[in-house]
Amino acid sequence: MGAAAGLTRGVDGSPIPVWRGVGEAPHPATDRERATVAIVGGGPIGLAMALDLGRRGHRVLLLNRLDFISAGSKAICFAKRSLDIFDRLGVGDAIMGKGVSWNVGKVFWRDGDAPIHQFDMLPVKEQKRPGFINIQQYHVEERLYEAASGLDKIDLRFGHEVIAVEPRSDGVALTVRTSNGEYAVDADWVIACDGCRSPVRTMLGLDFEGRVFEDNFLIADIRMQGERPSERWFWFDPPFNRGQSALMHKQPDNVWRLDFQLGWNIDRDAAVAPENVERYVRGMLGPEAAFEPEWYSIYTFQCRRMEHFVHGRVMFAGDSAHLVSPFGARGCNGGIADIDNLGWKLDLVLRGEAGEHLLATYDYEAIVTADENILNSTRSTDFMTPKSEVSRALRDAVLELARDYPFARPFINSGRLSTAVSYPSSPLNTPDIDRWEGGIAPGSPALDAPLAAGWLLDRLGGRFVILTDGWTGVERTDAEVVDLAAMKTAPLELPCQRYDLLPGSAYLIRPDQYVAARWREPTPERVAQAMRRAKGLPS
Amino acid sequence: MSGLVVEPNLTHVDDVYQWLVEAHAGRSESESMRLNARLILLLANHIGEPQVIRQAITCAASIAEERTSPCT
Repeated sequence: MGAAAGLTRGVDGSPIPVWRGVGEAPHPATDRERATVAIVGGGPIGLAMALDLGRRGHRVLLLNRLDFISAGSKAICFAKRSLDIFDRLGVGDAIMGKGVSWNVGKVFWRDGDAPIHQFDMLPVKEQKRPGFINIQQYHVEERLYEAASGLDKIDLRFGHEVIAVEPRSDGVALTVRTSNGEYAVDADWVIACDGCRSPVRTMLGLDFEGRVFEDNFLIADIRMQGERPSERWFWFDPPFNRGQSALMHKQPDNVWRLDFQLGWNIDRDAAVAPENVERYVRGMLGPEAAFEPEWYSIYTFQCRRMEHFVHGRVMFAGDSAHLVSPFGARGCNGGIADIDNLGWKLDLVLRGEAGEHLLATYDYEAIVTADENILNSTRSTDFMTPKSEVSRALRDAVLELARDYPFARPFINSGRLSTAVSYPSSPLNTPDIDRWEGGIAPGSPALDAPLAAGWLLDRLGGRFVILTDGWTGVERTDAEVVDLAAMKTAPLELPCQRYDLLPGSAYLIRPDQYVAARWREPTPERVAQAMRRAKGLPS
Repeated sequence: MSGLVVEPNLTHVDDVYQWLVEAHAGRSESESMRLNARLILLLANHIGEPQVIRQAITCAASIAEERTSPCT
C-alpha cells in the first residue's frame, strides 16, 4: 500500500516496502578482509554511527542486509537533542529543511473541542533548533546515506548480510553473504545497529529481557490537503474511538500520522482493512474529509533491553539494545543518543588516547538513558491503557479534574516526549566544588544559546571544549578554548545566564556536548585532572 | 521536610469521618472508586510533598497486607 515501489521480506518473513533502492554493493575482490570498525545495520542509527566515526577520520565498513532504504510507518518524531546531534554530523540543515517543526502538544478529552491540557517542548526559547520536527524515517535515512556516501572513509555496503559472528579476544570475525557468495571480515570492533530483532544479538545468544504490552494500535498515514496547525494532538476517549485514545501528527509532503488505540482482543486483519481504517479516519477528521491512504498498519509494542550493551569487541546501539513503546518518541531518538555517546569514546580508544575502559562508560551511560526511556514509556502506556479497575479510576480522575483544576493537568500522561537524559552519577563527571546558581551540572547536556553570529552548540562542535568567560590560563592540544569574553560583539547575557558563567569561570564540555566539570576558579591542574577523568583514565 | 504525621493532627474527626462516608451515598462501587481517586489526587496535591505521600502509601499498603507497620 502507499508509496512503496515494491516489497521484499523481513527477517520474520513479513513484507518490507521499498522507499529507494540503492543497489547491492559489489562483492569484494578478496574473500577475507580487515576492518577497523564494522557497523552492522544501515538504518538511522547505523548510518549516523558511520557518519560520526567517518567524520572523526576512521575507516568504517557498514553492512546492511537490504539493498534499499525501506518505507512504511516508522519513526517520525525527531527531538531537539537528535537535531543538535544531526547538526554536529553535518546533516542538520538537510533534515530540518524537509521536516515539520513543532513545539506544542495538546490533549483533548471526550467530546470537548477545547484542549484540557497543553505543553511546550521548547520551554527555553532562543535556541537554534525547535523542540521537535516530524519527518518520515526514510527521509532521515536518505539524508544520512547521502552524507555517509560522500565520505571516502565510509564503505557503505547495502545488500550485504552478516550471517555469522565469531567474537575473539582482539576482534570479531564476521561472515558476510551477498548474491555472489560469502566472504569474511576480521573487524577490530563491531557495532550492532541491526534493529529490534538484531541478528547479531541472536547469533551471540544474548539476552533481551522486558515486558510485552497487551494492546493494539492502528496507524493510518494519510495524505490530505488543508491547513491544520503543526502540533501534536492527543485524545483520551474521543467520540470517534470510545474508551480508547488517538493521536494526530503532521508530517512532510501533506502526510498525516493518525494513530488509534484498539485494545487487545481484536481481529487484526479486519481492523487494518481499508473500509475499517477509513471509518476511524472520518470519525477523527469529519465525514467529508478528502484523503488518500499512504500506509495502514497495526502495531503492538514491548519494552525491553539487553543487560549490557558492550560485549567484548561487540557493542550494541539503538533498537538492538533497547526497545520502548512509541509514545514519547524515545525509540529512534534513544538510538541517536547511543551513537552520540559511543562515537567520541571509540574515537579516543582508536587513537590510543583512552583505554578500552572508556567503553564501559558507554555501557553505563547508554543504560541510564535506556532505563529512563523505558521508565517513561512504561508509565505513559500504563496511563493510556490502565491495567486494573483502580488504575483506570485514577486515570479517569486525573482527566475529570484537569478540565477545571490546573493542578491535575501535569498528571496527564499522553507520552513524556524525548529530551536529553542526564548522567548525574557518571564516573566521567568531576563533581562541583563551588557554588552555582543553576547553570548546567556535570553529567547534563549543554544548552544552546544565541551568539552574535550563530549558535553556541555549533561553536562547541564535537571535541572537548573549555567554555569560559575570560579565563585564558590554559592551553591544551586536546581541548579547544571557547571564550565568550573574546567574542566582543556578542550579546553575552543569554549564554552567561544559561551557564551561570561569571568572569573567570570555566566549563569543561565533552565531545558529545555534555558537561564534564566546571569551576569558579579553574586552574590548568584542575582541567588536566577533569580531562583524565572524562577520558576514563586513572587520575 | 517533615515526615508523615501519624499522631492525632485533626479536629472534628467524627465530622470528617461522616463526610467521607456520606460522599459515597447512592454511588456504585465504580463511582465510589473514582470519587476516592479524585479525593486522593486533590489531597496529594495539597500536601505537596512527594516523600510524605510515598510514606502514606507504604503505611496504608502495609496495614492492608498485615505487615509490621512502618508508619511510626
